[in-house]
This record gives sequence, C-alpha cells and structure tokens, in this order.
Amino acid sequence: MGDRGIQQGYDVLVIGAGLAGMRAALAAHRQGARVAVMSKVHPVRSHSNAAQGGINAALTDRGDSWEDHAYDTVKGSDWLGDQDAIEVMCQEAGQEIIGLEHMGVIFNRDERGRLGARAFGGQRRARSFFVADITGQAILHVMYEQILKAGVPILEEWFCTDLIVEDGRCVGCVALEIRTGRVEAIPARTVVLATGGLGRVFEPSTNALICTGDGLTLAYRAGAPLMDMEMVQYHPTTLKGSGVLITEGARGEGAYLLNKHGERFMARYAPKMMELASRDVVSRAEMTEILEGRGVDGCVLLDCRHLGEKRIRERLSQIYDIARDYAGVDITREPIPIRPGMHYQMGGIKTDVWGRCWDPTGRWQGVEGLFAAGECACVSVHGANRLGANSLLDTLVFGRRAGETAARWAQERPLPSVNFPHWRQRREEGIRSLLAREVNADSIARIRWEMGTTMDSFLGVFRDREGIERALHTLRGLRERYERVGVRDKGRTFNTALLFALELDFMLECAEAIAISALTRTESRGAHFRRDYPQRDDVHWLKHILLYRNPNGEFPRIAYLPVTITRWPPQERSY
Amino acid sequence: MRVTLKVRRYNPEAPHPRPYWQEYSLEVEQSATVLDALLRIREEVDESLALRCSCRSAICGSCAMRINGQATLACKTRLAAVAGQDGVLTVEPMGNLPVVKDLVVDMAPHWQKVRAVEAWLQPTGPEPEGEYLVPNEAMLHLAEVMNCIMCGACVSDCTVLEVDPTFLGPAALAKAYRFVADPRDGATKERLGKYTAPGGVWDCTRCFACVEVCPKGVAPMERIMALRERAIAAGYTDTYGARHTLAFAELVEHSGRLDELRLPLKTFGYTNVPQLVGLLPVAVRALARRKAPSPFHKPIPGVAAFRRTVRRARQASPTAGKQATGGSR
Repeated sequence: MGDRGIQQGYDVLVIGAGLAGMRAALAAHRQGARVAVMSKVHPVRSHSNAAQGGINAALTDRGDSWEDHAYDTVKGSDWLGDQDAIEVMCQEAGQEIIGLEHMGVIFNRDERGRLGARAFGGQRRARSFFVADITGQAILHVMYEQILKAGVPILEEWFCTDLIVEDGRCVGCVALEIRTGRVEAIPARTVVLATGGLGRVFEPSTNALICTGDGLTLAYRAGAPLMDMEMVQYHPTTLKGSGVLITEGARGEGAYLLNKHGERFMARYAPKMMELASRDVVSRAEMTEILEGRGVDGCVLLDCRHLGEKRIRERLSQIYDIARDYAGVDITREPIPIRPGMHYQMGGIKTDVWGRCWDPTGRWQGVEGLFAAGECACVSVHGANRLGANSLLDTLVFGRRAGETAARWAQERPLPSVNFPHWRQRREEGIRSLLAREVNADSIARIRWEMGTTMDSFLGVFRDREGIERALHTLRGLRERYERVGVRDKGRTFNTALLFALELDFMLECAEAIAISALTRTESRGAHFRRDYPQRDDVHWLKHILLYRNPNGEFPRIAYLPVTITRWPPQERSY
Repeated sequence: MRVTLKVRRYNPEAPHPRPYWQEYSLEVEQSATVLDALLRIREEVDESLALRCSCRSAICGSCAMRINGQATLACKTRLAAVAGQDGVLTVEPMGNLPVVKDLVVDMAPHWQKVRAVEAWLQPTGPEPEGEYLVPNEAMLHLAEVMNCIMCGACVSDCTVLEVDPTFLGPAALAKAYRFVADPRDGATKERLGKYTAPGGVWDCTRCFACVEVCPKGVAPMERIMALRERAIAAGYTDTYGARHTLAFAELVEHSGRLDELRLPLKTFGYTNVPQLVGLLPVAVRALARRKAPSPFHKPIPGVAAFRRTVRRARQASPTAGKQATGGSR
C-alpha cells in the first residue's frame, strides 16, 4: 500500500500511530501537507490504548484554572519540568479536550450533560475527563476514525530502522515492511517521531510488548540528544508477575492501599493526599512497606470493596475484568495484591514546545527537520515525575504542535539531493548479515530478559552508585552477546524473530542511556531516588541532563541545560 | 500442568507452501494463558512461530486467533480452561481472512469495511463553542459498543462472511451502530440507507456466533438488530430484509402461523418475476420431498384472541409499534 507515496516521499512522515502520531498527522494534514503515518502495528493496536483513567484539563467554566493545573504539574515534576512548556500544555488543554469531544469521543457526563471529571493523584482538584476506564482506547479509536476521514495514508506494519540524516538535517527514513520483509528508503521533508515509550527495557513493565524505545534510539543515533533519561516512573499499582496495570482511577474513585496489618500506610508518608499523592511518593512508600516486612508476598493490597458493586461496574469495569482474568480476584469481594512496576519514561528525545529536535537559538545541538512528540519526547512537561492523566494530554497538545510546525517548516524546504538507494542498501545488507549469522546457544529472548531484570533490580524505585555500575557492566556484556547472537528464523515474511533482534538493538541503547543518566544525577528528585544521595539538591541539580551519543559507541557526551522557571520557584514537596 | 498446543502453521516461503499442524508440549503454571504459552514457545523452542501480540491485557486486540476452533484473544484465555483432559488444545489463525504466516492473518478486508461504513462522526451544523450537551446514559450506552477493540474475532467466526465476503460483517456494523446511536451524529438517515443496502444489516442470519466469541461483550448481532429496527422506523422498508420481516409479522398476525407460500411472494413482490423464477428449483425440491406448503393456508383456532394479544404487545413496545406503522404502508 502507498507505494507511489513511498517513492515520491512526503512533506511530513509521522513514525508511530498512537495518539501523538495520529494527532500530529491530522494537524499536518489540516495544514495542507502531504503526510503519511507509519507504524510497526495497526494504529488501533498502539499502546495509547492502555491509558485507562483519564485526561487532565482545567476547564474555566468549571471553576478550575490552568494555573492550578500547571502548579500541580510543576510540583509533581519535583521542579524539573520546564515551566514554559507546562504553561503551554495546561493552557491548551481545554481546547484540546473540547476538540476531542467534537471529534466524537464519548466522555462520561455530569448530571447536566457536560463533561464529567474524576480525581487523580497529585492534584488538588478533580480535573481528569474520562471514558469509563477505557479513556485511552476510546480516544485512540476516535483519532483513527479521524485519520480515515481525512484519508491520510497509513503505512501499516512498517518498522523504521534508521533516520536518514544529511548535513545535519533529517530527510526521511529507512524502514522494513514486516509482512514482506522488503526494505525501503522513504524521502520526507520532515519526520515526526511518535513511537512511544521504552517500557520493555524493564522486566516486568506495565507496557505493551511493542514499547521498545525505537524512536529514542533512532533520534539518538541520528545525532539528537536524549534528556533526563534517568527519570523512569514506577506505577504504584501493577499486578505481580505480569506487571499488568491497575489504573490510578481506582484510587481516584476512593480505593485504599493496605499493608499486611490492614493499615492505610499512606497516612505515614503523605498524610494530606494519602493514596492520591504523586506516583513516585506512593511507589516508594509501597516499596518501603514491602522491604520492611509489612507486605504480603512481595506486594501490598489495593482495596476497592467499599466502593460498592454498582460503582465498580460502571466506572472500573475493565479493572474488574483484569483482576478477575489475570489475578483471579473479584475486586468487589477481596483486595488485589499489587506492587510498583515500571510504567513510563519521563525522559526522552529533547524537543522544544514546537516539537523541534533542534534549537534555532543554538543553546543545544540537534537535528533539523526532526520532530518528536508523546512519550518518546521530552519537552519537558513531566520533569522528574509525571502526574496521572497528563500523558494523554501531552500526546495531544504536543502531537498537534509538532504536526503543525513540521507542516509549515516543510513547506519552505524542499528536499536536497540525497542518495536514498545507498541508505536502503546499507540497511538491507545489515539485515542480510544478521540473518546469515550462525546460530549459537544464546538467544535474543535471553538477552532481553537479562537486560530487563537487571534494569528492574538496579534502576527501579531505589538506586545507588554500586548498583548502577553493576547494571552498566552487565549491559556491556549483553551488548557483546548481542553482536554474536543469531536469528533462528531465516525467512523474510513476517519474521518476528528478526524484528525482536532489531528492537533489542534499540533497547540496549536506551538501557545504557538510562543507567548513565542515573549515575550522573547525584541527588534524589521525583522518580529518581539515590540511596547514596537521598536529598534533592537544587544548588547543583536544578538542571536537565542531555546525552549525545558517541558515534564510536564509547561513553556519551554529557551536557546540561538549566530548568526554565517562569513563576513557580522550587519549594519543598510534600503531599 | 502439562499442555500440548497443536498449532496450525503456514510458511508462504516454503518450497511447497501448505498449512500443517505442529505440536508443542510444555510445562506451564496453572494461571498461564494461551499467549504465555505461545510466547514461551517462540522464545525457547521455535523463534519462527509468527503471531501478533502486544498488550497482554485484552485491550490492543492483536492476538485474536482460533483456540479449539473458536475465535478469541490468546491473552485472555487461560490454558486450564481450554486444554482437554489430555492437556491438548488447538491453536489456529482466525477464519474468513487470508493467512499471511502461521497465526498472522491479513485484516485488510476488515479495515476496508470499517472505511465503507464511514466510521467517523458526521455532525450537522456548526460545532458548539463548548462540548455537546448529551445525557450520560447515552454515553454509557455507547461505551458498551466503544469497548470494541477491533480484534476481528467476530469477523473470523461470522457464518455469513464464510459464504459471502461482501457482507460488511459484525465488527464494522457494530461500529456503524455507534454513530447511528450517537446523539451528536447528523447523518443517521443516510447511514441507515447505506447499511440496509445489500451486504448490510439484512444479510445477518442471527446465528449468535459473534455475540458468543466477542471477548469484550460488544454483542455485535444485537447492534445489527438495533440497526434493523431503526432503519425500518426511519422508513427503509423497501428492502428484501425489511419486507421479509414485515411480511413475516403481518402473515403471522393474520392467521396465527406463518404462511410459507406467501412469505417469499410478499418479500420479493408478486410481480418480481426474475426473483420468483429463481426460487422455482427450491419449490420443485420441496414438492419432491413433500415439504411444499399448502396453497390453502388456514388460520389457527382462536386466531381472534391471538390477534388481540399481538395488538396489546405492539402497544406495549414502542419500537414494535413503529414496525407496525412501516408494515401498513
């Protein structure tokens, strides 16, 4: 499909078809650009589906103000979020939600037929708009409908392997069509990366199996910096073992967290906000309970029983199903054992508020013509800790901005002459030699597993120098094993073994970036908690960490950027 | 627990490609799902086994396949529930869609149909400044249909698609219903016209397969029936399906039982010679087997009381009442 388009190229090529990607494509299309969306899965399979609880917006006609939302976000970020970006997001939230409603999203209503809101963690007001507990799915499917309506071509089940960069400008990408195994170089005046998160770098994780950090590595290798990679969010309520997510909406609806004595232990950690303190705070509290012997079989308990069957059925139906299917628990009758689990990457490809991965004023270096939005990007609105229901908002506001900006930027900048067949050929040969490699006793799955469990052990809720250095050492060993491991499926049609091998290459790069950033930040802030540096240190560390990849594969170059503070100077953070 | 998965495999790149069964035996935990087992096979036994999967929690819709002959999500199906006493279960790709490789099918025919039903909101008039004001009940009702994750399980097991690939199918029609029932959509009339064309709602045989296999409780067939009712109420009575339904009701009401001779005449029209000639072979076979309905159709005893009951039922149900209006036209 779309073969003529692939040959001729696009003004805007969006990689990733979750919410950020489709929102970007729609915005670029409305600007009159020739745009296509490419994704390694069908758009409605994207991981935006998994956002259950809601999407934040401060609607003024409900008596809320964007400043309040922004302050909660700044505080949630432990003052690492850039306040200019947070202001943009919170100011534009209202129009974005209303826009979604007009597109056909079936938000739950209040008694007057207006949009209804529920409470979420780390916020003083109920401002999360929602569709039962399928908010992400309901928005994702509507966004797909809008893409169909607009007639935007979809390159479905294409895996992007390389960005094409010439003279510091991104001019397209190389991609593998999964179904046929053919490799193509696709010209594009601009590329928008919206490939989502890197959850599978950790094991377990709430993330879908497709969340392998592709876009982060693509940008990193193309010369763009990764920012604040140490900021990895552990979600307080995930199922043991599989890591399947239980929405924060459960606590938003009033569920309790209990230890083995049946005590609501959050009273000791966050007396005001209790279960609805921000995620890093709750996750640390749970881990402390578990490590100090007050857990139940490596877990604490999430108790929904007092909410009543009607409320559970109407507002938490998916959680009811998930607990029944994956934990064998009827939440109307018993509490669910849960533990903190890797959930979200706050860091990512450094962008400005227009989604640009370069800085026209030259404060930092990047790649012209390259844009990013959503979880793979770092604007940064989430700083050191993301608030629940801010991620959907981030994807939509900055997806739209990236799409619009890319379309306008592309208009005035035709493609330079580029040897596309050369780029295609290079990757084709890479794949051939990977497939031709002899099989040894090792396997992609084993390397992947060891990487994930290493990251969970040493880069989880609590970290220290010794652990991080051990993780880095392990990762280097895994990289060496990766360079030797063979792929057992030698075909080209829907070769998922090949796909996993390519993804693992990307994941190892992300894992190393996380570990190096975590080693560098010698303080504790938000989700990054160093046992050896347990305090926040605003004197030295009120700044972002930027990593530039060293083309020789040696230690990356580290740079710093000050945090943008507009009106909320750092304060002590308590909930 | 020891299980044996008999997996239907197909590799189009084989010298002589044809589907075959392959057995994998493995030890699993009591709580493991079919997807857990397939992933372990792929990781530890056979990297070449192709399947789609992503979220592991029944929201992305990637891993629909046939397990013991019935379409479902592999991630939602516990091995303990489907393995026989000997621990054996079969795993096949979905039906009604071309197989690409092993458990991976080409869903393009299905996505085409989602396009064909114009699965996007078509509001009338200018958008309001704020949100549309609609009752929460209307949204909760739509949320049931919005639960659809487009996994294709219903498409796979639809008995109509098996014989007629032009049928829009349960998933696309359930999606279509979501717009017809949305108070914000302004194209209801045009939509109902489109959905009652050949290949649309009247082609469903009400076999319940889609309701049974849907892993998300969407009940596509019920949405199709709701579309039929709304189409008739909107005046789309001039289709074979609608006429068949209305004639059925009228004939039964008249005599207390179905007049099988007049049903096709009323459905197709007394003067529709080509269609009626087409039915002749059926009539001949029925005669030969002595199953032809009698040309002298007699009402049941006590038919007057029966008619009164029907009338009371109509008054009690508003939608049935609309059907009656349609029928008398």
